[in-house]
Amino acid sequence: MADMAENNRALIRLQEKFAPSILDIKEFRGEVTITVKKEDNVAVCKFLKEELRYNLLTDVTAVDYLGTDPRFMVVYNLYSIPNKDRIRIKAPVAESDCSIESVCSLWSTANWLERETYDLMGIVFNNHPDLRRILMTDDWVGHPLRKDYPLQGPDREPYKGRLS
Amino acid sequence: MGVEQPLGDNIVTASLDGLVNWARKSSIWPMTFGLACCAIEMMATGAAKHDLDRFGIIFRASPRQADCIIIAGTVTKKMLPVIKTVYEQMPEPKWVIAMGACACSGGVFDTYSVVQGIDVALPVDVYIPGCPPRPEALLFGLMKLQDKIGKERNSFGSAIGLGDRLEPAA
Amino acid sequence: MASTEIMTVNMGPQHPSTHGVLRLVVELDGEIIKKVTPHIGYLHRGVEKLSEHRTYHQTIPLTDRLDYLAPMSNNLGYVLAVEKLLGIEVPERAQTIRVIMAELTRLKSHLVWIACHALDIGAMTVFLYAFREREQVMDLYEMVSGARMTSNFFRVGGLSKDVPEGFTAAVKEIVDTFPDRFDTYEGLLTKNTIWLQRTIGNGVISAEDAIDYGITGPALRGSGVDWDLRRDNPYSGYDKYDFKVPVGENCDTFDRYKVRLVEMREAVKIIKQALDSLKPGPVLADEPQVCYPPKENVYNTIEGLIHHFKIASEGFPVPEGEVYQSVEAPKGELGYYLVSDGGTKPYRMRIRPPSFVNLQAIEKMAKGAMIADLVAVIGTLDIVLGEIDR
Repeated sequence: MADMAENNRALIRLQEKFAPSILDIKEFRGEVTITVKKEDNVAVCKFLKEELRYNLLTDVTAVDYLGTDPRFMVVYNLYSIPNKDRIRIKAPVAESDCSIESVCSLWSTANWLERETYDLMGIVFNNHPDLRRILMTDDWVGHPLRKDYPLQGPDREPYKGRLS
Repeated sequence: MGVEQPLGDNIVTASLDGLVNWARKSSIWPMTFGLACCAIEMMATGAAKHDLDRFGIIFRASPRQADCIIIAGTVTKKMLPVIKTVYEQMPEPKWVIAMGACACSGGVFDTYSVVQGIDVALPVDVYIPGCPPRPEALLFGLMKLQDKIGKERNSFGSAIGLGDRLEPAA
Repeated sequence: MASTEIMTVNMGPQHPSTHGVLRLVVELDGEIIKKVTPHIGYLHRGVEKLSEHRTYHQTIPLTDRLDYLAPMSNNLGYVLAVEKLLGIEVPERAQTIRVIMAELTRLKSHLVWIACHALDIGAMTVFLYAFREREQVMDLYEMVSGARMTSNFFRVGGLSKDVPEGFTAAVKEIVDTFPDRFDTYEGLLTKNTIWLQRTIGNGVISAEDAIDYGITGPALRGSGVDWDLRRDNPYSGYDKYDFKVPVGENCDTFDRYKVRLVEMREAVKIIKQALDSLKPGPVLADEPQVCYPPKENVYNTIEGLIHHFKIASEGFPVPEGEVYQSVEAPKGELGYYLVSDGGTKPYRMRIRPPSFVNLQAIEKMAKGAMIADLVAVIGTLDIVLGEIDR
């Protein structure tokens, strides 16, 4: 599996160009995940889009690793329609400075995906054209997908009759 | 037989309740108001195979023309005010059917955003279990509602200011 | 010239043509749409959060209720993602049945699409015909899983059980009769003047814009991008089947209509090939750590019962890691991004819903159109709110 990552053309080019900003490279079940510094997320995405033909932004989301620092990980799933290939870019975001640059300038689709991530995870996307809540009501308090947000919401006792 | 018909064969006598209830239960007009998965089964019930029209049930797109609201799907906290508004727009008399597990009790979605049953906000007449209920179940629920309407007393009289409406026993 | 005033009209969330609880705020200059702002979230049920509190098997029924028009496609994407995390292989028979069911699901979903799309534009008859055919697919669903819609039929490692007797005959009947039925729809619509006037030139989005907006599935292919996950990143043995990927030219509603109709015909072809290649064999992988034991063992031996109880109550641990697995759902690329911390419940499950991403392009597609054409754009995007809001 390690060979595969080394042979990945996109990865080699990325390493050449962004060596100082790459924090980690992982290969799991044939999927390449590259963790970059959050300051460079737009530059890396732009390079992948324009030079390496990862033209489709499939998904933007975030994972909450409560208890670790940095707490959040913003995840970009990219796909290349010409090369039929996927790559995943991740960028750590600390709770104290819970913001990252928006990639809306590269893909229009990032607009809603980032809004959703903001709504449910509470990560602020700088220079986003229209950063509002999208799924929850405007006056909602809290960000439901954070690990410290109770499943049933803060105003209701969890139902006790269930095993899980 | 046994009953005299002094007005001849062309005139049938009935109680006002009986006549009004018969008319109401034979023409239930529900709102086309789909929320989630159950709405698709509701559509399937209205389509050719199950055919709701034979019960006089015709879906109306406007709450002003409807007298029954079928809550077909998950009610979220964001949606609840909308449902209340729609319900308030419906003219009296009106009935509510909670279709499916979500509308009855929140179903599998015991989460922060889901209202745990529409009965916290609206007076539900018929609960239909299932996730989603089969069209047959919806038909059965609608027939139960017809039975319930048939047992109402003085609903017409109360509407014109004569006495109180008597809720039928379940 | 008289001065015009921009009027703001609210559409939904209670509106018969918004396919659920979509709300659009439309800014109009006369009848011309200046701006559409979708408001979503009226069906947000917290599935992603809920799955973090359920075991991997308990999450399967939640996926049914995402895109409730295509439950098995949702199941398929999810179980494939978990299988990828676990690194287990699925027996061939299970794969073939999965393909048959996934393609039947495509038919089922597209039948609702054509029914509602035509109904919105004013063709009532198609609705009645398409729902009649859909009942046939529903009966098949019921035959294999016991439920008409929320099937919960696939399991991690295979299927919940083998298909019953009579399955092959019932699928054959669909394969034999459906192409004629599609001819009927085409007869009602393809040369219908009203249909043509309402769909040609409506909701145009260029290939470049479509990719920029992340549109996938038939809506992208209608814009001329030749990309289908079943062919380009095959899963569940799709590479064994011979099928065409239809592509549109004019990027409008009519082309997307044609693409979906050809897709339905191709789905029938895939089902036929899969049915021909269906061989007897196990339908669940030989992975006792993950898969439920056969029911005879559960009912007759204490070991089997304990085995079943352990998997049902505790679940199974999944190796630490993260995967993204997507399938070509009827509406586009449906992806599951699963993060495991080594426990028995997903640490994070992100669903990449095709409808959510596709809907975003409505701003672009409906701009400058007449207000009456907005429902045609909603219909051609083929959205389902359960998946958009999750």
